[in-house]
Order: sequence, then C-alpha cells, then structure tokens
Amino acid sequence: MGRAFVYGDHVDTDVIIPARYLNTQEVETLGRHCMEDIDPAFAGQVQPGDVIVAGHNFGYGSSREHAPMAIKACGISCVVAKSFSRIFYRNAFNIGLVIVESDQAVEGIQRGDQLNVDHKNGQIENETSGQTYTCKPVPDFMIAMARAGGRMAQLKAKRAIKLEEEACNDTRS
Amino acid sequence: MLDSNTSRPQTLTEKLFTLARDGQPVHAGTFIEVSPDVVLGNDITTPVAMDVMKENGCYQVAVPDKVVIVPDHFTPNKDIASAEQAKRVRQFVNDQKIDKYFEVGTMGIEHCLLPEQGLVTAGDIIIGADSHTCTYGALGAFATGVGSTDMAAAMVDGLCWFRVPETIRVELQGRPQPYVSGKDIILHLIGLLGVDGAMYKALEFGGQGLRHLSMDDRFTMANMAVEAGAKNGVFEVDATTCDYLEGRSQRLPRCLYPDQGAVYSQVITLDLGDIPLTLACPSLPSNTKPIDQVGKVKVDQVVIGSCTNGRLSDLKAAAEVLQGKKVAPNTRVIIIPGTQQIYLEAIEAGYVQTFIKAGALVSTPTCGPCLGGHMGVLADGEVALATTNRNFVGRMGHVGSKVYLASPVVAAATAIAGFISSPSSPKEVDHG
Repeated sequence: MGRAFVYGDHVDTDVIIPARYLNTQEVETLGRHCMEDIDPAFAGQVQPGDVIVAGHNFGYGSSREHAPMAIKACGISCVVAKSFSRIFYRNAFNIGLVIVESDQAVEGIQRGDQLNVDHKNGQIENETSGQTYTCKPVPDFMIAMARAGGRMAQLKAKRAIKLEEEACNDTRS
Repeated sequence: MLDSNTSRPQTLTEKLFTLARDGQPVHAGTFIEVSPDVVLGNDITTPVAMDVMKENGCYQVAVPDKVVIVPDHFTPNKDIASAEQAKRVRQFVNDQKIDKYFEVGTMGIEHCLLPEQGLVTAGDIIIGADSHTCTYGALGAFATGVGSTDMAAAMVDGLCWFRVPETIRVELQGRPQPYVSGKDIILHLIGLLGVDGAMYKALEFGGQGLRHLSMDDRFTMANMAVEAGAKNGVFEVDATTCDYLEGRSQRLPRCLYPDQGAVYSQVITLDLGDIPLTLACPSLPSNTKPIDQVGKVKVDQVVIGSCTNGRLSDLKAAAEVLQGKKVAPNTRVIIIPGTQQIYLEAIEAGYVQTFIKAGALVSTPTCGPCLGGHMGVLADGEVALATTNRNFVGRMGHVGSKVYLASPVVAAATAIAGFISSPSSPKEVDHG
C-alpha cells in the first residue's frame, strides 16, 4: 500500500533517470536521482510502497534498464499507467518491477491518494476515494515469467532442468 | 510468393521470424523464443548486463562470436566513473573472449559502425541493449532495442523472447524534393503517427519511392522507428541494399519480401514529393513542423552527427552548405563523424577542412552530446538544433534547455545564420 505520485503522458526515460547518472550502476545512487528532471522533490518524498501513476507511453525512449532499476530502488511498489513504452515494459518484467495498465485508475487517481494494488487479481483499490479499478489483462507468457521471478530466474530454472536431464542421461548411458 | 508451409500471407517481420524458426510460420501476436544473430551492448548497458549475469551465477557468455560490444556513449571517457565502467567492459570482453569489441581508435557510434563493418545483414535477427538498434532494419533485418537483462540472457543462453508484432505498412511513392532527406521523411511520419502511434508494432517500408532513398536515408529512417514507439522499422531489400552489402557483409544476406495479401494493422501512403524540410520542435519528436512554420529561432549550438545522421552522406550534405561560409558568431557548431572510417573519408573528401575553416569543431566519434553525456552539454535556457533523434526535456543537458531536431542541411544552414534556417533560402546575416 502506498501514496500515488501522478504524472502525464510520455514520461520518458531521460526524466526518469537522466543520462548524467548513467556512469554508475549502483541502485542506491540511481534511486536518489529518480524522476529528478520531471519532479525534483520526488526522491525526497517517496516512501517504500508508494505508487507511480502516469498516462500513456510511460518509459518512452531509451533502453536504459537504469530507469526501472531507479524506480524500484527508491521503493516504488508499482507503476500504474494507461500504457507503457515497449522496452520499458520488457525491462520492468525482466527485473521484477510490478507494472499494470488501467485507463480508469489513471483517470480516477489524484496525487497523494492511498492505493492498494492487487496486481495478481488485476485490481486497484483507492482507499482515499473508495473507488476500485480493474487492470488490463497481462499476457500468459508475461505472467509465467513474473511468477518464475523474472527473466534470469526463469533462465536459471531452465538451465537447472537441462543440467538435471543431462545428469540423468549420463547415469543411463 | 508464399512459403509452402505458410498457412497465410506474411508481413516482412513475420517472414524474418519464420526464417529464424527454420521455416515454422509465425504470425502477429505469437510469443516465440529465437536465437539472435547479433547481441549488441555499449559502455552504459553492458556493465548492467554483467552485474545481472554475476548476481545470477551465470557469468559465462555462451555465444561470444555473436556478441558485439562498442563503448561509444561516454567515450573517450568523460570522467573517472565512465573510465571505470569502460575498464570493466574491457575486462569482460577479454575474459569472455569476445572478439567483436571496438576500442577507442577503431570504435564508432554503434549503429553507424555495425553496418559499415558488415556485422549485420539482411535476414538477421538482431537485439541490442540500445534503443536505436532498430537502425539495422534498413538492411531488411529484424532489429530491436532491449534492456541489459535481455542482453545478459541472450549472452548466457543464446536466446531471446519476442511477441511477433503487428505491422504498419508505409508505402513510399514519388520522389523527394531537393534537400529533402530520410530525416525529413521520418520526422514527417512521426508527426503523423505520434510518439506512440506505432507502439509495439513494426513499421515496414516499401513501395516505388524506395528507389529514391539512399542506404544512409534508410538507416536514418529505421533508426527513428523507435521514436514512433515501434518495435522495429524494416525496409524491403532492393538493388541499393544489395550494392551496400556486396563485399561488406560477413555473413550471407538472406533477402525476404512481404507476401501479397499480408495483414497490416494500418497502411500509410507517403508521397515523398509532398514532404517539406521538417523539424521536430521541443520537446517531443512528434512535435513536427515544416521549416517555414518554425519562425525565427536563435540557436546557441548546432550538432551534426549521431547514429541518426553521422554518416558520410550527412557530412557531405552539411559540407556543401558550409563550403566557403562562416559559422555565425556566438553559435557553437559540433560535427561528429559516426565512425573512424567516415572521419577518414570526410578528411579525404575535404569536408573536414570545410568545417574547420567555417569555424566548426570536428570531434572523434561519440554519442556524447545527443544524450547530454559530454562534448556539448547545454546550459539553462540554451537552444540547440541537432541532427540527433530525441528532443525530450533535458535530453542534451539542463532541463531548461531546448532541442530542435532536423536534417544535416538544415543544421548547416542554421549554423551559418545563427537561427533556424532553410538551406534553399539561407537568411544570411552580415557578420561584419
């Protein structure tokens, strides 16, 4: 559960984490500068569990994984948007940052509203207004990856199975 | 022409994925895993991929021959932190026996360098941890940007997952007006589509007008497909593509064409003759205007270069406008050849002399100013006109700075005038 930070359409990766901070991969540093060029107060106000709410095409622009890393590092529990830019969408799932799409949520939520996001059931509860919103369904492929714990966890599981099979085959032969 | 095992006509992107699956047909909406022919990373995105591999206990590149690493964003290193990053990447390529690594002195801007070196070709599936990886679609390949985790997974496993995209067909007709280039055409199209008009989709370019577009025009256009939200931009292969790949491509090109009757989510017909010199005004690439509607805008800095417009024909176009002229006082002009080879050819052709005599700076290849990294960062209130690809708030420096995107000839005319100008009617001022 957390408070909503509300932004508009086309929030690009350059304002989520400006390129001047891409000379590091330390998540704490990235988190400290998250949203700096669109909302300089954000990093000082954000608390664990808070939620970013935005319009269309959130994460537009660069492929920098530093953008979802920065958002995750500063404690954001979920990003709710009308739509996500393609690479950001992949990256968020890959690193285990929860993101959901919902037009009605974005239209109903005001900055500071207390939200409860149940992404597993596709529901967002706005405790401040008493409204409940429905999220767009996520493709089964993405759900399976998220359940496995992200892209690398999925890959590791696959490799473990492969090694096990190889060991079995070795025993048999 | 239909493949015998294809149940229904396919777009070019569906064809490319079908080829990657050894002929098993795919259509838009399907999730698949395929083995990319090339996996690309740079000095910013590779260190994150390395961390991901380490954290997950799989610090071993399974396909070193498919990996290409180009340190181009903050190189030559702009500060100690960037130098440390580049050092880590250098160690990684040594440890993992990655041969296709381009050190300062041989490196160029990645999306200018890979085609030049013949490392990407028609029929390829290419992923890169850089959003402008879509550039290689100009060669009739599927190429798309991904994040560092996808890069890491592909290096470890040799595989990457995709959702086969729907396609917007862009039918090109007619012939461009003088001075109108691939940059004007793609900016015009992004203006029509909006920055998310092609979201998750492929942009497929073909038609009679294609023959009037040089390979460099096509690289510029495919490069900015991502600015319309597209997953990839892909061009039909023709004689221009084949001439470019001849003697250059390190692997056999595989030329594919969309089927008659392929299903498109949208078809856009562009008459190239109707497209004017076009600019994108601050602060989105879709905020486009014909140059004569931009008004008198004073410019502090002009940048000619980048993965969008740093190729030899771009420098030639700029040099022809700047020949015998002087850069306006109080206007800083930064010209960045995309690769060492382009730099050398620009010297041999006399373009570099033209630039320096005009009062412009000519730099070693780097992405530097395009992303506000180094080599031309803007101060509060400053205005730049750049041949780059993004004009977001703060993209080239201070959040209070502004960026206009345009073609090299517009950039060169602007450099002379000191305010945004058309090359066909340079509103020259008396510099005394």
